[in-house]
Amino acid sequence: MSNKSNATPAKQDAAPAVGTPQSHLAPINANLSKEAKVGLYRTMVRIRRFEERSLRAYQAKKIGGFLHLYIGQEAVAVGCCSLMGANDHVITAYRDHGHAIAVGMDLNALMAEVYGKATGCSKGKGGSMHYFDPSRNFWGGHGIVGGQIPLGVGLAYGVKYKGLKGASMAFMGDGAVNQGAVHESYNLAALWNLPVVFVIENNRYSMGTSQERSSAGFGLAERGRAYGMAWGTCDGHNVYDVRATMDKFLKLARDESKPSIVEVDTYRYRGHSVADPDKTYRTRGEIEDYQNTKDPISLFQKTLLDEGVLTDALIEQIDTEARAEADRSADFAEASPYPTVEDLQKDVYWEVDNPAQKTSQGRIFFS
Amino acid sequence: MPVITYREAIRHALAEELERDPNVVVMGEEVAQFNGAYKVTEGLLAKFGPKRIVDTPISEAGFIGMGVGASMLGVRPVMELMFWSFYSVAFDQILNNAANLRYMSGGQINVPIVIRGPANGGTNVGATHSHTPENVLANHPGVKVVVPATPYDAKGLLKTAIRDNDPVMFLENTILYGDKGEVPAEEYLIPLGKADIKRAGTDLTIVTYGRSVIHSLQAAEILQKEHNRSVEIVDLRTIRPLDIDTVLASVAKTHRVLIVEEQKPFASVGSQLAYMIQREAFDELDGPIHRLTTVDSPAIYSPPVETEQLPNPNRVLKAALEALA
Amino acid sequence: MAQIIDMPKLSDTMTVGTLVKWLKKEGDAVKSGAILGEIETDKATMELESFFDGTLLKIYAPAGSQIAIGAPLCAIGKPGEIVPDVPAPVAPTPILKDDAPAPHKPATERIPALTPPLAATAQPVVHPEIPSSPGQRIKISPLAKKLAAEKGIDPTRVTGTGPGGRIVRDDVIAAETAPKSQAPAAATTKGAAPAFVSASLLAKGPVQEEKLVPVSNIRGIIAKRLVESKTQIPHFYLDVEIDAGPLLELRQQLNAALEKSGVKLSVNDFILKASAEALRRVPTVNSSWEVSAAGQASIHQHPAAHVSFAVAIEDGLITPVVRDAHLKTVFAISDEAKSLAKRAKDKKLAPNDFTGGTFCVSNLGMMGIDHFSAIINPPNAAILAVGTTVKKPVVKNDQIVIGQRMSLTLSVDHRVVDGAVGAQFLAALRQLLESPALLLI
Repeated sequence: MSNKSNATPAKQDAAPAVGTPQSHLAPINANLSKEAKVGLYRTMVRIRRFEERSLRAYQAKKIGGFLHLYIGQEAVAVGCCSLMGANDHVITAYRDHGHAIAVGMDLNALMAEVYGKATGCSKGKGGSMHYFDPSRNFWGGHGIVGGQIPLGVGLAYGVKYKGLKGASMAFMGDGAVNQGAVHESYNLAALWNLPVVFVIENNRYSMGTSQERSSAGFGLAERGRAYGMAWGTCDGHNVYDVRATMDKFLKLARDESKPSIVEVDTYRYRGHSVADPDKTYRTRGEIEDYQNTKDPISLFQKTLLDEGVLTDALIEQIDTEARAEADRSADFAEASPYPTVEDLQKDVYWEVDNPAQKTSQGRIFFS
Repeated sequence: MPVITYREAIRHALAEELERDPNVVVMGEEVAQFNGAYKVTEGLLAKFGPKRIVDTPISEAGFIGMGVGASMLGVRPVMELMFWSFYSVAFDQILNNAANLRYMSGGQINVPIVIRGPANGGTNVGATHSHTPENVLANHPGVKVVVPATPYDAKGLLKTAIRDNDPVMFLENTILYGDKGEVPAEEYLIPLGKADIKRAGTDLTIVTYGRSVIHSLQAAEILQKEHNRSVEIVDLRTIRPLDIDTVLASVAKTHRVLIVEEQKPFASVGSQLAYMIQREAFDELDGPIHRLTTVDSPAIYSPPVETEQLPNPNRVLKAALEALA
Repeated sequence: MAQIIDMPKLSDTMTVGTLVKWLKKEGDAVKSGAILGEIETDKATMELESFFDGTLLKIYAPAGSQIAIGAPLCAIGKPGEIVPDVPAPVAPTPILKDDAPAPHKPATERIPALTPPLAATAQPVVHPEIPSSPGQRIKISPLAKKLAAEKGIDPTRVTGTGPGGRIVRDDVIAAETAPKSQAPAAATTKGAAPAFVSASLLAKGPVQEEKLVPVSNIRGIIAKRLVESKTQIPHFYLDVEIDAGPLLELRQQLNAALEKSGVKLSVNDFILKASAEALRRVPTVNSSWEVSAAGQASIHQHPAAHVSFAVAIEDGLITPVVRDAHLKTVFAISDEAKSLAKRAKDKKLAPNDFTGGTFCVSNLGMMGIDHFSAIINPPNAAILAVGTTVKKPVVKNDQIVIGQRMSLTLSVDHRVVDGAVGAQFLAALRQLLESPALLLI
C-alpha cells in the first residue's frame, strides 16, 4: 500500500488481481466444501441486504444517532470471521454490522437494536455502534476511534493467560492507526508476544480525510516493522484473498503467540455514516468505479459461478431470501417494545443485576 | 493483634487474593522487578512469579485497556496506576470502556477489574501528580470508588474490591502508606458502601474520607480538650456506592455538618454530599452545611504552602469551630 | 348651604371621641351656643357646642359611635336646605405620641397563646406557618424553625444567637423556658371538681413535701404573661350584678326542647354570645393597644369578635378562641366551645385554636366564686370575669323578692377603653343577658 498517490493504491506485496488463482488455490479455500462456499457468499449478501434495509429504516426515522454502513466491505468481515476457531475473538469499531452478521448474530436482534427496542441485542441500550455477542466471541462494536484496540490486546492477553490456543482479531479503520492507544497496543502486543492480529480495514477515508492526508511514514501495516511485528496486506474485495492472508497471520498468533498487522484494501460505497456528505472528498465516478469493478459480492459471485458452485437460480434465491430476512427483521423491530425508563438503571452494575450475590451496601444510584 | 502499615495491608490483601484466585493478576509500572514505586508490591514477584506480577511499559491507555479487555474473558486484573493522576491518560479506557461495556452490551459483559494507586497531594510533586479524582470517577455510573483511610480498612476493602465483579477504582495515599494500625491476621472483608464512625460525638458531624479522616481525628481531639465540643467523624470509606444513611443518622444526632475533603471545591464529592444532606435531612440542620476543601488552584509545589492548600488539622479545627457557631 | 359640624379636638391628646349622647334631635331649632350633645374624649366627657343658628338637619354620628377628629357629626342649616351626603365616619388615624407608653412589641406582631405541652398524640397537630413581621425576614435554621412550630413559639419573639443573628435550636429551647405568651386569667373547668390532695383531716405532719419543683413550660409561660399584663396594662375594674333569671329560664327552655338532639347549652355559651354582641354595640372594647417597632402607638380596631374563654388544663390553663362569635348562633358557639374545651383537655389544640382572640371570658361560677377580677390577656383590651349565680333577696317593684344574681366584673385596659365606654359595654352586656331572647335573633 503506497501512501504516496491518490490513484488506485499499489501494494508492496504482490497485488492480487481479482480472483487470483493463488488465493483460491490456497488450502484454506480449496478445502472448502461447496456448501461452505455458498455459505460465504450468502453471508455477504445477507450483510448487504441488511445494510440496505437499515438505510431505508434510518431515512424513515426509525433509527436515531449514527449509522455506519458496511456496504462494499463485506468480504473483509466474512473472510476473517469465517476463520474463527473456538478460542478466537473479534473486536471492531463502530462499523460493526458486517462483523456481527459474520459471526452469526440474529438479524432480528440486530435490527431491533438500531430501532432502540428492548428486544435488541443490547436491549436497545447500545445502538448501531455497540453490537456485542460474547457467546460468539464477538466483543463489539465501539465508538471511540482506536479505543477498542487495547481491549483487543486484552482479549489476546486473556487467551494466552488461560493457556488457550487462540487469537484475537482487533479491527480498526485507516483513521484509527494514528491514535496513541493504538501505538501503545502495538508495543504491548509485540513486547509480550500476544496472539493478536491487528486488522486495518483501509477503505481509504477516515471520515472525510484520505489516508494520504492522515498518515505519515510507512504504509499502515508496515508500521509493524517499528515494533518488530509481522505484517502483511491483502485485497479486501476478494474474500479468498482475505481468508488466505488472514489464515497465515492467525496461525502465527495461535501457534506462536505472535502479533501481526494486516492491512486490508477495501472500500465503502456509502459515506462514513449515512449523514456524511461524501461529495466533499471523493467523486461519484470513483465510487461507481469500485462498484463496477471491485464489488466483493459481484466478484465472488462470478468466481463461484465459474467454479460451478453457484447457479443463477441459486443466486436469485439467495438474494430473495436475504431481502426477505432483512425485511422480516425490520418488521420484528417495528413490532417490538421499547425499553422502559425503569430499564435505565439495569445492566449498569453486575451486582445490581445479581442481587443474590450482592455484597456491597449503600446507595449506588443517585438522583 | 498485629500492627502493620497501610502499605503492608495492601500488599497482604494482594497476596491473599493472588493466592486464592488464579485469575488475579497484578499489573502496572514498576510493580514487579522494582518492587513497586512505593514498595506496595514488594516481594510479590518473588512469591508469585512474572505471570502474576507484570511490569508494564509506560502506556496507561494501552495497559489499562488491555486489562479491561482481559477481564472480559475472566482474568481479574489489579492494575496499578503509579499515581492516580495518570488516569487522565487512560480516561477513555476507564470511563468509556470499563464503565460502560456492561451497559452498552445490554448486560452481556462485566468488567471485574480493579484499578488502584495513590491519589493525593501533600508531597510537593506538583500540579500534574497531585490529583484526587474520586469525584470524577464517582460521576460515572458503572464504576465503584473506594478511598480507605486506615490499614484495617485498606486491606478489607481491597480484598472485597478484587472479588467484586464490577470495575472498582481504589484510591490510596502515599502519605498514608507508612501509617500503622491494627489489622487482624485472620481473613476479613469489608463490604463496599459501608461507612465507619471513626469517632462518636454529639455536637458536630464531620463527614470525610481518606487522609482527611486522620486530620479530622486530630482536630477532634483538640476540640474536645480545649473547647469541650464533641465531634462525630463519619469515614465514608466508599464513595460509590455511598452509605448516606450513616451520614444522615449522624446529622440527625448532631444537627451540624462539616465536610472535610482533599478535593478542589467545584463539583467535589462534598458537593454531592451537601445536596443529599440538605435534601434528606433539611429539618435536622441547625446551621448551613460547611465544607473544608483544598484551596481552589492547581497544586502548588512550594512545600509549606502546599500544606496550607490541603486540609490539615489546623484548618479542620478552624472550620469545625465555624460550623459550630 | 348647611354647615357640617365635625368632631372637634377637645383635648391635646385626643385622637377620637365618642358621641355619647345627642341632646338635640333632627329638626330641632338650634341657637349658637346651644349644647348639641356630649362627647367623651380620652380625658373626660365634654359638651358639643353649636356655633351656628339654624335647624339640626342631619345627625351623621349615632349615639355611642366613635368618631375621629375632623369627621362629620351633624349638619345645621335652614329648614329644607340640601344636606350634603357624607360618607360613613372616617376611621381614626393614629397620631405619633412621644410620651405614649412604649411596650416593646411591634404593632403587627401576633402574640401566640399558651402551648399546652404536646405529648406524642395519635392525631398529628397541624402547625400553621409561623408568621413573621411583614418586611422582616427571620433568620432561623430549619431545625429551629421546626422546633419552634412544634412548641408553638413565635420565632419573631426569639433572640437568635447564631451567626448573623440566626435563631438556632438552643435559642428556641431557651425561649421555651422563658417565653412570652398570653396571660390567661384564672382557670375554669366544665363540671370537673377542682383537684386537691385529699389528706386526712386529722393528719399531722407537713402540709406538703418540701421540694423545689422546676417550673414547667406552661406554668412558666403563664407566669411571664401574667406579670407582663399586670405591670404593663393599666387595669381598672367595673362590676355589675345582673338578673340571671331570664337567662336561666331561656336556657332551660331551649335545653328541654333540644334534649332529644343531645344538645345542652351552658350559661357560658350565652355569655360568650352576649359578649360578642356587646362588642358589636361598643366596639371600642374590641380593640388593642399597639406600638409599632418605631414606637408609634395606635389602637387597633378589630372587625371581628373572636371571643376566647379560659379552660383549666393539667398544670395550667389555656384560652381557646371561638372565632367570629359575632356571626355565630348560640348553638354554634356552644358546639364549638365544647369541642375546643375537649381538645384543650386532651392537649390537642393547634396554635390557631388558641391565638387571635380579641376578648376573653373567664367563668369561675362552677367553682363557687361569687365575684372576682381577672387579669387581661394581652393584646385584648378587656376580660370578663363571671361569678356564680346566687339566689339572694332583691328589690323589685319596691318589694323584696328572691332574685337570681350573677356577678360580672370587667377588667379594662384604660389606654384603650375609658370608664364610660366600659360602663356602656357592661350595660349592653347586661341588657343582652337580661333579655336573652335578643341573642337568638
